[in-house]
Amino acid sequence: MSRTDAGAPEQVSATALTVPDRQRRGLTERLLAVRELSLLIALAALVLVTSVRNDRFLSNQSVKDLLLGCALLVILAVGQTLVIVTRNVDLSVGSILGLVAFATGSLFLAAPGTPWPVALLLGVGLGAMCGVVNGGLIAVARVPALVITLGTLYAFRGVDYYWASGRQINAADMPRSFLRLGNQTLLGVPVLFLVALVVVAAVGFYLRSYRSGRELYAIGSEPAAARLSGIPVGRRVFAVFVANGALAGLAGVLYAARFGTLDAAAGTGLELQVVAAAVVGGVAIFGGSGSAYGAALGAVLLTTIGSSLAVLRIDPFWQQAVVGALILAAIGLDRLLALRTAARLRGRSAHGA
Amino acid sequence: MSPDAPGADGAPLLELDAVTKSFGAVAALRGVHLALHAGEAHALVGENGAGKSTLVKVLAGAHAPDSGGMTLDGRPLELRGPADARAAGIAVIYQEPTLFPDLSVAENIFIGRQPLRGLRRIDAAAMNRDAERLFQRLGVRIDPTRPARGLSIADQQLVEIAKALSFDARVLVMDEPTAALSGVEVERLFAVARSLCERGAAVLFISHRFDEVFELCQRVTVLRDGAWVCTDRAADLSVDEVVRRMVGRDVASLYPKQEAPVRDTLLEVRGLTRAGVFADVSFTVRGGEIVALAGLVGAGRSEVARAVFGVDGYDAGEVRVAGQRLPAGRPGRAIRAGMALVPEDRRQQGLVMELSVERNATLARRRALSRLGLLLGGAERTEARHWTRRLQVKAARLGAPVATLSGGNQQKVVLAKWLATEPRVLIIDEPTRGIDVGTKSEVHRLLSELAGEGLAILMISSELPEVLGMADRVLVMHEGRLVRELSRAEADETSVMFAATGQGATA
Repeated sequence: MSRTDAGAPEQVSATALTVPDRQRRGLTERLLAVRELSLLIALAALVLVTSVRNDRFLSNQSVKDLLLGCALLVILAVGQTLVIVTRNVDLSVGSILGLVAFATGSLFLAAPGTPWPVALLLGVGLGAMCGVVNGGLIAVARVPALVITLGTLYAFRGVDYYWASGRQINAADMPRSFLRLGNQTLLGVPVLFLVALVVVAAVGFYLRSYRSGRELYAIGSEPAAARLSGIPVGRRVFAVFVANGALAGLAGVLYAARFGTLDAAAGTGLELQVVAAAVVGGVAIFGGSGSAYGAALGAVLLTTIGSSLAVLRIDPFWQQAVVGALILAAIGLDRLLALRTAARLRGRSAHGA
Repeated sequence: MSPDAPGADGAPLLELDAVTKSFGAVAALRGVHLALHAGEAHALVGENGAGKSTLVKVLAGAHAPDSGGMTLDGRPLELRGPADARAAGIAVIYQEPTLFPDLSVAENIFIGRQPLRGLRRIDAAAMNRDAERLFQRLGVRIDPTRPARGLSIADQQLVEIAKALSFDARVLVMDEPTAALSGVEVERLFAVARSLCERGAAVLFISHRFDEVFELCQRVTVLRDGAWVCTDRAADLSVDEVVRRMVGRDVASLYPKQEAPVRDTLLEVRGLTRAGVFADVSFTVRGGEIVALAGLVGAGRSEVARAVFGVDGYDAGEVRVAGQRLPAGRPGRAIRAGMALVPEDRRQQGLVMELSVERNATLARRRALSRLGLLLGGAERTEARHWTRRLQVKAARLGAPVATLSGGNQQKVVLAKWLATEPRVLIIDEPTRGIDVGTKSEVHRLLSELAGEGLAILMISSELPEVLGMADRVLVMHEGRLVRELSRAEADETSVMFAATGQGATA
């Protein structure tokens, strides 16, 4: 192939100038980095202020409680990130968690000798099955995921209530080895939190480094273009709902191990906290951007706000208000960035319509 | 005439045979033949709606043809989706860039084909290097690591071209790739296309710019109304000849506009400019006149109409209705000043499909019909009855949802809606798109009557016969500028098409 046209690298095209390009990219990248950095700073400030007011906030026990408290939300927020990145949403995660938690308890009631890894696998499998229902309905009905998962939110919860029919499962019904999983620590860190860290790292790595992971961003960024690029959009979205269901199932099993006391209401209303954590963590609700790490930080931040306001003896009303303000700030920041880019684009494309 | 031009050497690389494609009742392609030869650039030309973009979508695997076949290297080729077309070595550059704004430029180029390293991970460094190399071949500098969001239209188009290049395509399809490019960039693109041809690829080039067609292509195929017209060697053709074949149909005298006394100027537009969309557009429309705004798709006609009406803002210029200046970006003020806009896309912008005929017909009159802020059914019904009778809307009953009506009758309801505001200036965008022939002439008769009553009508139309039959004057736009004004006597198919394609001289 002739490379004559590749000559004169110092020749600069009329519209593609290197220098502003690099600067602009630097700005965008800095803003993205700032997003996760600012979450960390907010978190640090919150912990600092709270511990100054009450030194027990940084005691071993209290930190342990905090990590334990946010582990489930982190797992769910990371799973939700997979879904939101493709411009979808899964509102049924709280119900899946509740259903799987109750199923795990029932399993131990029916077969007390079941080793906990088997229970774990079965729980993840049941969660994945719920994800198959979600993904399948979305693929067949071609209705927005918001509506489908709003339906399955009630459907899964209904199954849960029907099954439990008012019963409660107690810690005494479950093997000790399983319950230890929920409260044990490894080098001072709760095992539950370590599991959450593994999930964050795995999903974060997948989204960043694998072709199919990048395709999820492409689907959320511009669905029509994704189809024209030959990306199997339907299959990817289906897989994402199954994966998110499996993660909700994992969270359900861990919920059973941690709390021991289970009824049909476990995890009610959790879905909104999960979406809030992802959005605060910088996952754009219209898809295409955001990371598992950001979502995990968002989950940690929301949990920490909850416990630090309690330690500071601040009215629970303010806790809700602070979460609300954080969500609005996160969305406002996204919108601001989008508007600035749009303005720049209009200013630059002086030729062409 | 045979689909193969005389002197075609050897078997074609890619061949379409009798391909048809319909969308509902509209036939977009009717038995189209096309043969692309290795080492040749082949131009595809035709008017708006001739079926070029549908043909591109068929080649890209995005539309499955209803009938007819495709062969590659003489073997039958079936495309079940865009992935199949890619696998077959067909790369497409679409008219509208199809990038992912949140992904980096390099990822946009290599999505689904990123270079890998251990554990099947993406090798980002190699990917960026490859992208850099492609841009070098194109002689442009775009940072491969920056996100695609914020790229200018021209840069987006260059990324698309780099993407097509990266396939090492055997067939490169370019659907009006040069519209946003500057002269230097077009030259580079052509250099790349030629070098692909030298290596034995086939190029299909779609453009309205005839100078580019004749510069790049060895063969030219003309489509008209979804049907194949001819394929010839470019050397045997002249621009005149091509234009004649593009429009060559019998001008039906279907659209008689009655002579109406011309009254005072009602709409006056001066130096209207919206950066990057249209520039320095000036014209007047007087009462009793129908003025047509002609041009190719993308010339900026609808955008001008939207700015005049105030749906979109503009950067410079002014709009006056009966001498009174309108503020930019305020459609409410335009309506009060007596302007009405019947939009191009009536389903999306003109009607509320689920509401009844009467509700839709009186939507723009809610305020005048309401008493103490309440809309009373009786007033709506009387009003709706008057206008639907005048326009002969065929609906089972006025309470029926608009969605149940035919396209033509829906269009009449949109018209009724705006006529009920008793406008002095009516802007109507593609008045008869997707309407059957019978209703079409009814709409035309109605427009003519309205002009007779002293309305100033600005009509945007892509259908030349409609423009020529209805308009007292024709304004022609080309790439965001008003390039020519033709009187009824001057306007014919050739003169309008010449101006619309940017050929200065009249035929």
